[in-house]
Amino acid sequence: MATTTDTANTEVVAEDGVRRRDFIEIAAVSAAGVGGIFTLIPLVSQMAPSKDVLAESTTELDISTLEPGQSIKAVFRKQPVFVRNLTQAEIEAANAVDVGDLRDAQTLAERTQEGHENILVVMGVCTHLGCVPLGAAEGENKGEYGGYFCPCHGSHYDTAARIRKGPAPTNLEVPEYTFTSDTTIVIG
Amino acid sequence: MIRLVGILVGLVFTFVVVLAFVVGAYNHITEPAAETAEHAFHLDPHGPAEGFAHNGLMPEWDLAQLQRGYQVYKEVCSACHSLEQVAFRNLAELGYSEEEVKAEAASWVVPAINPDTGENTTRPGTPTDYFPSPYANDVAAAAANNNAIPPDLSLMTKARHHGPEYVYSLLTGYQEPSAELAERFPDSVPGPGLYHNPYFANLNLAMAPPITADGQVTYADGTAATVDQMAQDVAAFLTWTAEPSLVDRVKMGWMVMGFLLFVTILAWLAKKSVWSTLKTRKD
Amino acid sequence: MSFPWAKQYEPKTGFTKWMDEKLPLPRFVYNAVGAGYPVPRNLSYMWNFGVLAGFCLVLQIVTGVVLAMHYAANAGVAFDSVEHIMRDVNWGWAIRYAHANGASAFFVVLYLHIFRGFFYSSYKAPREMIWLIGVVIFLLTMATAFMGYVLPWGQMSFWGAKVITGLFGAIPLVGEPLQVWLLGGYAPDNAALNRFFSLHFLLPFVIAGVVILHIWALHIPGSSNPTGVEVKSESDTVPFHPYYTAKDGFGLGVFLLVYCAFVFFMPNALGHPDNYIPANPLSTPAHIVPEWYFYPFYAILRAFTFDFILPAKLWGVLAMFAAILVWFFLPWLDKSPVRSGHYRPLFRKFFWFGLVPCMAVLFYCGGAPAEEPYVMISQIATAYYFLHFLVFLPIISSIEKPEPLPFSITEAVLGSDDKAVLGKDAETAA
Repeated sequence: MATTTDTANTEVVAEDGVRRRDFIEIAAVSAAGVGGIFTLIPLVSQMAPSKDVLAESTTELDISTLEPGQSIKAVFRKQPVFVRNLTQAEIEAANAVDVGDLRDAQTLAERTQEGHENILVVMGVCTHLGCVPLGAAEGENKGEYGGYFCPCHGSHYDTAARIRKGPAPTNLEVPEYTFTSDTTIVIG
Repeated sequence: MIRLVGILVGLVFTFVVVLAFVVGAYNHITEPAAETAEHAFHLDPHGPAEGFAHNGLMPEWDLAQLQRGYQVYKEVCSACHSLEQVAFRNLAELGYSEEEVKAEAASWVVPAINPDTGENTTRPGTPTDYFPSPYANDVAAAAANNNAIPPDLSLMTKARHHGPEYVYSLLTGYQEPSAELAERFPDSVPGPGLYHNPYFANLNLAMAPPITADGQVTYADGTAATVDQMAQDVAAFLTWTAEPSLVDRVKMGWMVMGFLLFVTILAWLAKKSVWSTLKTRKD
Repeated sequence: MSFPWAKQYEPKTGFTKWMDEKLPLPRFVYNAVGAGYPVPRNLSYMWNFGVLAGFCLVLQIVTGVVLAMHYAANAGVAFDSVEHIMRDVNWGWAIRYAHANGASAFFVVLYLHIFRGFFYSSYKAPREMIWLIGVVIFLLTMATAFMGYVLPWGQMSFWGAKVITGLFGAIPLVGEPLQVWLLGGYAPDNAALNRFFSLHFLLPFVIAGVVILHIWALHIPGSSNPTGVEVKSESDTVPFHPYYTAKDGFGLGVFLLVYCAFVFFMPNALGHPDNYIPANPLSTPAHIVPEWYFYPFYAILRAFTFDFILPAKLWGVLAMFAAILVWFFLPWLDKSPVRSGHYRPLFRKFFWFGLVPCMAVLFYCGGAPAEEPYVMISQIATAYYFLHFLVFLPIISSIEKPEPLPFSITEAVLGSDDKAVLGKDAETAA
């Protein structure tokens, strides 16, 4: 090839536009790069939840023995869930609040199911940074509003588990659940 | 000096190993090792005449067959063998709908803890449960089976050479020991509680022939349940339990190979073009 | 370091100039594997395996770190955690098969790299240090691979751990306490599994460090080449980049094709079915063997079956370790002034008709059951192995009359130094 005699420098430099040779080298390096990017897919996605974690799991709870004023703690997908049978006083306290004043505006009715307004099911995970609030077990600090109190950073939840005071941005989350009978709920 | 020491060390090792060779050869000639029954009568496993859909360069799962195989496992094998690496949710891969998986899971009884008393109890399975073991523990399994613990079947086809063929051959290979075997190796004639099978490593296994008669299961899809059919179906099912990613893996493999071939050809052209500046100088 | 005509790194942009002042990493890379490293122009594809071995090390570290995110080093759950990776972790099967077959690929590449060294006497001065470090890398890689094979805690894992640590039990006096200390118990169990996992994670990074020394030592005399004649002038060399980056890139493609064929089409072909049976301390598999890459040394171990002064077991262990340790002494056992096997008629015959078949036989017999005729065959091969390195090689190197060497690499490639354009002509052209 004529080009070789006048370029003593053995590096292939495209001085007069892209030659076929350069094109092949660029193509080879680009294709290898594409392959490298594709190998990142398994390396990245292996950190995402595995199939056994993603598998839909449900938690079934029997609440036939849950008296008004009592709560139970259960586990749903490795996280605590609180089920409370609200007393009439607690329901009234919750309904007395002006929803417009709340940080996360929701009524008690929106947070319970029709026909079971006294059963409040919430995740026991503070919406601030994920600690487990107190108040579900007998004798625990229920906070200034008589619901739940998170000791980590002082979030107070009311009887409808709505955030009233402290750093938490939203109310305690209500998971998806259904009543399969009057005394049995299935979460998830 | 190093070379002198080296030669000496080399000669010492050589001397000792040659000595071992001479002694071994002498023993081998004077008292040749006795022929063993395993060596003389063991047969290599073979697959069914029509082959398996999961074999070859373009493997596919025969979902109907896997469902039949699952039925054979459930109705026959599961009486003694666990399948502990497989969860009911995995059955969705056999083509069952979500509802069918739930119903199938609920048809199994899995161990549970009574939430009121904390005592061991049982409940119907859910999709996230794993297949339950027929025995509470190894001791119970051994006690119920004359000290031969039935192995878990999840990985059986990967835990044997030519696993799927092995399972098929073993299930269809039970037979009376030949007269020749009885004459040459009287010790290898199965004793009480043992059964002769030329596909089993030592010819005698503790598992009674599990699939004995045509129609032992009644297939939901109407396929005639011959012994041969049931053996192939359960062998295919156990191939899936051992390697559920088999089909995906090979399909992915072809894409990877195609891409690599393309890149490698480009790399070869690039290499040629880089070196061409040098090669042209040759005369 | 390197040759006077090596190209100098010249940062062009403001950033690269700034970088070159503060941390001359680009300059380092340029001089190590870039245009600043002059390499003999006549390297064959047998010189690809160094780069490929480096690739394998990176591959194993990357896939291994990822697997460690899901693996649990506990005798109770290790087996199940591997199956969890195979079944539930996203792409887990691909990553595990890539790692398991990556170990085999690593050893294929290492063996070819080492045998390239044997044939071209790459161990000779001035490259003894590269060779010594290389043998250290091989030993470390063997240790790492062995401990990695224990981690799935299948039958072969368990009995491999038991048998290999049992080798240390053959050492007189301290053997038995040493074995118990290594295992942290009387048999492999949780303690052994945990320490093997810890070391299996650590050692690859140690290997990476020693590999850097290996490459450092390589850059002092520069690469050897198929003629074994040292570089004399600029026309004998080409810059590593782009010539050998391109050549290694193509080699990597071919390697990946073969490797991926194993990963995707026959991922268990090089493994053993028994390792899909959970470890059972009460039942040894009928036919236990290590992974294929240990077969030659396993065959040597089993070849010693006769108590001569010392017990046969001790002879076997000594011979097995000696079989690798002897490589350390190669630079001084082989005194031939000529390096390349191409110009050593007698050495070449012993290489192709002695050492290579001997290793092939040892590979075959190491995987065969411990019965006749395999034991007798491996005894002959073992005898040849020691004779080859310790007796024949020194003698050959003294009595052999080498064939005439080319004057230079350039002459070997082009027929005459005058035809070299890259040398003095290049300067006039430039």
